[in-house]
Amino acid sequence: MSSTTTDERLKTESFLARFLKRPELGALAGLILVTVFFFVTADGSMFTLSGFMNFMQPASQLGILAIGAALLMICGEFDLSIGSMVAFAGLFFGVCVVTWNLPLLVSIPATLVFAALVGAINGSIVLRSGLPSFIVTLAFLFILRGLSLVGLKWATGGNTQLRGVREAVEDDWLAPLFSGDAFPDLFNWLASKGLIDTFNSGLPKVPGIPVEILWFILIALIATYVLLRTPVGNWIFAAGGDKNAASNSGVPVGKIKLSLFMLTACCAALVAIITVLDAGSTDARRGFQKEFEAIIAAVIGGCLLTGGYGSAIGAFFGSIIFGMVVIGLTYTNFDQDWFQVFLGGMLLIAVLFNNAIRKRVTGER
Amino acid sequence: MAGDTKFHHGDPRTEVGPIVEMKNIEKHFGNIIALAGVSFDVLPGECHCLLGDNGAGKSTFIKTMSGVHKPTKGDILFEGKTMDFGSPRDAMEAGIATVFQDLAMIPLMSVSRNFFMGREPTKGGGITKRLDVDKMNSVVMEEMRNMGINLRAPDQAVGTLSGGERQTVAIARAVYFGAKVLILDEPTSALGVRQTSNVLATIDKVRKQGVGVVFISHNVRHALAVGDRFTVLNRGKTLGTAKRGEISPEELQDLMAGGQELAQLEGSLGGTV
Repeated sequence: MSSTTTDERLKTESFLARFLKRPELGALAGLILVTVFFFVTADGSMFTLSGFMNFMQPASQLGILAIGAALLMICGEFDLSIGSMVAFAGLFFGVCVVTWNLPLLVSIPATLVFAALVGAINGSIVLRSGLPSFIVTLAFLFILRGLSLVGLKWATGGNTQLRGVREAVEDDWLAPLFSGDAFPDLFNWLASKGLIDTFNSGLPKVPGIPVEILWFILIALIATYVLLRTPVGNWIFAAGGDKNAASNSGVPVGKIKLSLFMLTACCAALVAIITVLDAGSTDARRGFQKEFEAIIAAVIGGCLLTGGYGSAIGAFFGSIIFGMVVIGLTYTNFDQDWFQVFLGGMLLIAVLFNNAIRKRVTGER
Repeated sequence: MAGDTKFHHGDPRTEVGPIVEMKNIEKHFGNIIALAGVSFDVLPGECHCLLGDNGAGKSTFIKTMSGVHKPTKGDILFEGKTMDFGSPRDAMEAGIATVFQDLAMIPLMSVSRNFFMGREPTKGGGITKRLDVDKMNSVVMEEMRNMGINLRAPDQAVGTLSGGERQTVAIARAVYFGAKVLILDEPTSALGVRQTSNVLATIDKVRKQGVGVVFISHNVRHALAVGDRFTVLNRGKTLGTAKRGEISPEELQDLMAGGQELAQLEGSLGGTV
């Protein structure tokens, strides 16, 4: 064999072949499939601007969780407590704002720090004991849900709902960053020019972009950048791929895992802050079963349950699929309860698909 | 490269002192004496084979050399100075790299990400500090080509490489990061004929760059193919060191087995072991 400077086999790998190796491929294909499906079956109003915002809103709330969950899964751990974490952080946030009358400038960082601490507790138990994170965080799923109930009753004197958030933050200058719609002026202007749909009064049907969509896109972009273009991203893949090999090569595996547990909890807290501000109240059922939906979105996005492989942008697409299906079914003549069947089916296909991809990548036969 | 099995056996540069010298190393684990006074040295640019049967103490010895174990007695001299390695990291920083059998490689990750795992090159500063992907890719392609492996692409997953190629990636990585001594723990034990010859060729290339190679094996033929000197360990002791050409494969084989019964077996197997 000659040692030529260019590899004659390079040509055989086309753009398509390279693309087929990307972990988010399945999610993108799924998204196209789902879009086509609703294009055919759903009412045309689903694909108007307001219809788009309608399904992107729940997709974003889930997506923020799913991206955190995806990073954690890539580094080889699970967090089943994020759904309960949403309720727990919501409670803490509600108490900060309503009971203690703190401004958002204090309440929001305090809630994030508080969530990070809970995430750190989760993470250190997993890392110190060497137990599977599945079991440890399953315990926290119940502990945090229970604490949210008890805490709410304590804070409200027997109620499981804490109201008055909207009134408490009404004049807070930080509120527009975490609630309502962004760029209202732009949308008013677009409406006045007749570029977007308006009500008879001349007001735009879509007053702006719901802030969670912007947060969702921002977090997806940052997570993707970190994963693909920074040393930390390499360490996340390495820690999930093989933690012994990684730590033998000098990767701080423990630190990486712990920080990602904290980050995932912070993602849950951000969702809590946004949804609590949106609803104006917090209750103990907030975030119920979101941990499963987030993991499903991450898996649809190409994350392997065994770690070491996956992508944040995949989780992004996975969440949009999710939002489209939940909301999209209301635009069709189908019974909405098909949603769960659809979700389970998607998950199964995604896992089978990912398994096949993994075998291809690792050359297992 | 695959067809080239005529290795060059350059004479080791004897005029310079050894990079690493291990003197009368003893290692006890409780009441078990794993090493009972082993001396061993590596010159720059030579391949020193450490042979021994299972349980001879090879693993314990190289773990002592690479900083995993501390010797109970004896001295480790690195470039003439006494060294006291507290951890594998210390040894690695001094320039002793070990490629263990598990290779410290992650199949799902690309070759270039594996190559730089834990030591990623970056560009930019502060918040723009990011992976220098172009450098990673070009270095990997270049280093692998030097070792005689043409990667399809630097983002090819390690899982798609053959065992021999993975071994070569691990060796190239150690050399790239400045190894002066490269310890290879049975690099050919799980490989086929062609892959073995590739790895042996890699060892030869590394040696020519002036790196001292410690080649652990229990396969006499693989050792003889590249080795400059041969040290046989048996039951925690050295049975002596021989230079290439001074010893026959049969003698080596007998030494490794401690002279037991293998001579008898050898007859019926027709010298195929």
